Amino acid sequence: MPVYFTKEHEWVRVEGDTATVGISDHAQEQLGDIVFAEVPEAGRRVSKGQEAAVVESVKAASDVYAPVSGEVTEGNRAVAADPSLVNSDPEGEGWFFKLKLDNPSELDGLMDEGAYREWIKTL
Amino acid sequence: MSSEVSDSAQELDKLPLDAWHRARGARMVPFAGYAMPVQYEGIMAEHLWTRENAGLFDVSHMGQLFIHGRNVDSALEALMPGDFQAAADMKPKYSLLLDDDGGIIDDLMATRRGDDFYVVVNGATKHGDIEVMRNRLPAEVVVDYMKEQALLALQGPRAVDVLETIIPGVAELGFMQARSFNWQGHSLWISRSGYTGEDGFEISVPGLAVAALADAICEHELAKPIGLGARDSLRLEAGLPLYGHDLDLDTTPVMADLNFAINKRRRAEGGFPGALRILAELQNEPPQKRVGFEIDGRQPVREGALVLDAEGNEVGKITSGGFSPSLQRPIAMGYVASHLASDGTTLKLEQRGKLFDARVVPMPFVPHRYYRKGAA
Repeated sequence: MPVYFTKEHEWVRVEGDTATVGISDHAQEQLGDIVFAEVPEAGRRVSKGQEAAVVESVKAASDVYAPVSGEVTEGNRAVAADPSLVNSDPEGEGWFFKLKLDNPSELDGLMDEGAYREWIKTL
Repeated sequence: MSSEVSDSAQELDKLPLDAWHRARGARMVPFAGYAMPVQYEGIMAEHLWTRENAGLFDVSHMGQLFIHGRNVDSALEALMPGDFQAAADMKPKYSLLLDDDGGIIDDLMATRRGDDFYVVVNGATKHGDIEVMRNRLPAEVVVDYMKEQALLALQGPRAVDVLETIIPGVAELGFMQARSFNWQGHSLWISRSGYTGEDGFEISVPGLAVAALADAICEHELAKPIGLGARDSLRLEAGLPLYGHDLDLDTTPVMADLNFAINKRRRAEGGFPGALRILAELQNEPPQKRVGFEIDGRQPVREGALVLDAEGNEVGKITSGGFSPSLQRPIAMGYVASHLASDGTTLKLEQRGKLFDARVVPMPFVPHRYYRKGAA
């Protein structure tokens, strides 16, 4: 399953025409203790670059952007109920939402995992 | 993901513990013109540690002043609403530097040391405060900026156990009492006070000795260094205002619910800046008051959010807000029109276009646990 990353520190894992979206381990580490997460409802349409979810740490509020366009098929109720899941397993159980891809070619502009891990070392 | 963390390229001054913090894994951020530790292992863990054990805070950015000269006590009364003439020796007092309209220039702690006063002001405002004081105090009163001194705070229910092992005698201090101590040939000024709602101490130490003292404290298994992030969440839970957020030139002591800082004799006599307005606000009511808010749900409502009445009119604003680590829910403080300031009043808060149900509640949110002699 290929995983792509954005410069805004979201990740997208693609299975067929479904994409799962979350924030990277680097992002959760920068945010610190996450105390609130708001995920989109199934059926909502999001376009690439648009705010799709909210994540708040003790210190700050951040938007999670949709890395690709599509229709949300599921928001992760588990992170809404226990936001600390984003700290403990950001790139696994701490995902935010799944969507049905409108246009798989939007993935072309994103970084692959190796490129992302190298890039964050330069930050 | 958006990020509010700014990568400031501005030149930052270094405090004496700069390398000490970095060696302990602190994340350093710009604050009051200095690079300062915002967190080590994480704000939540550091906050809870301080409520249960002892947290060591570096607050060396704060301004330590020594004010002396002929009739310094009555001279200070022309700047602040406290009773400096009758101020007891070695007893820190909270006071407010006021402008001519009664607006708050800064809040501070002032301690009489014999004929002189030791004053601690906020870091971001210290240079302005010094200028105000030098301009407004008579020529024979001198304001010395003790810039070689560092300042530590050790806070929490076990702070006394930790510090007593290093500096015997500190356990004898009562709450809001101070005196000098000697540690390894260095003179320390220690007061039993702080900004977390817990028992604890504030320690003025020469900058050259502060790293050794911080090491000695953190060698104790009950003490850990704590960053500014937890300092902010701790003081918010304790209902304590922070200058530049909950207090500023547009707020008076009465609006800020700091009437205790306006001494009884001074109320009768006046003679402090803004006395006319402040005494009128005491008599009648200020237009707005600082209050605490309890918020439904889990999402933090932060500084800048609007306070709305039932009809949706703007009636105030949030000046500090966040997620309470101790209570595991959002809390906030802010200003609201006085007729809506009583406990239990339900109001709406608006943040980024979203409405939150909130209630005015008494502060502190987490009870103070200051040391009381004979108690415990």
